[in-house]
Amino acid sequence: MRCRVCRDRAAVEVRRHNAAFCREHFVEHVHRQVERTIHEFDMIRPGERLLIGVSGGKDSLALWHILTALGHRADGVYLDLGISDYSDESLELTRSFASERGLSLEVVDIKESYGFTIPEAASRTHRTACSACGLSKRYALNEAAVRGGYDVLVMGHNLDDEAATLMSNVLNWNVGYLGRQRPVLPAKPGFVKKIKPLLRVAERETAAYAVLQGIDYEVAECPLVAGNSLNRLKEWMVELEHRSPGALSQFVGGFVRDGSALFEEESNVDLHACQRCGRPTTGEVCAFCRLQLRATEAR
Amino acid sequence: MKVILRHPRREVEVEGPLTVGTLLDRLDIVPESVLVIRGDELVTKDIRLSDEDTVEVRPVISGG
Ligand code: SF4
Ligand SMILES: [Zn+2]
Ligand SMILES: [Zn+2]
Repeated sequence: MRCRVCRDRAAVEVRRHNAAFCREHFVEHVHRQVERTIHEFDMIRPGERLLIGVSGGKDSLALWHILTALGHRADGVYLDLGISDYSDESLELTRSFASERGLSLEVVDIKESYGFTIPEAASRTHRTACSACGLSKRYALNEAAVRGGYDVLVMGHNLDDEAATLMSNVLNWNVGYLGRQRPVLPAKPGFVKKIKPLLRVAERETAAYAVLQGIDYEVAECPLVAGNSLNRLKEWMVELEHRSPGALSQFVGGFVRDGSALFEEESNVDLHACQRCGRPTTGEVCAFCRLQLRATEAR
Repeated sequence: MKVILRHPRREVEVEGPLTVGTLLDRLDIVPESVLVIRGDELVTKDIRLSDEDTVEVRPVISGG
């Protein structure tokens, strides 16, 4: 297989674009996709301070690398979720990545900051590990961004992540979530702007990018992943993409273009301050505070 | 050839020579779900692997 640009031996085939690329031109291809996405959705404005949530996995480290290459300076924040060796190893990889490139990294230990680890939250509440984890990550990342005075929180969600989330929201007809599934979530009181620049880059492409750029990322799986329903959907999405190349970008691209606006009203709910932490919520006490209360109750 | 698989990490012997595409087929792996790495390079499905090769078949789906 030959590179579409230079005819050298290809390193990566991108079937949905009917193309293959050598290392150099694949890197260029990914940079172009991300740059286009940032531009099209007006994700980053001049002078805005960026914070990227990094997990030590391929997506967030690749994105940090890409942003830097494109001239967007971003600081990183790593959430230590307290998932045994997995969290320690991921932190080590993230630390080396940042220090090798002279990037600044903040580490938030959720046990120290909020009083519980993810395994503790899972065993003490009725939530699954991944649902407690997702809720905690959303909350703690926004907190870190607000505390640090950042304007933009950068998320490493890739095309497959978005496709699986969209499929899950459709399967459950979660209209409120559908209204909020957008490439850019504008800032609201208590929340910084959130952007997803990897929206057009498939999971396999972020992995290939990381390997080709020599990024040492966490290849091992989270030991708690077994109950992750989004991951099962992702396996299914990959199968779909294999049978019908381009299906995922069609699904997500079409939704972003024509679909999500239809649900926008559904996501306009009345928010007021959480009685405990002050962040906007629909109830009296926000979901994160309820989780925290239960996860840290004296037993 | 030696084939390294992940989640969990393990090794299997597969008789070569054969192409990357045939290897994945034989292991019943959807090509879109993995990268195949030989040494420090990525190899596409048409590349012929020899018996002396060591390749890693690395899943690209990650949780979290
Ligand atoms: S697999 Fe679940 S518990 Fe593990 S990091 Fe992902 S969301 Fe968190
Ligand atoms: Zn090329
Ligand atoms: Zn609260």
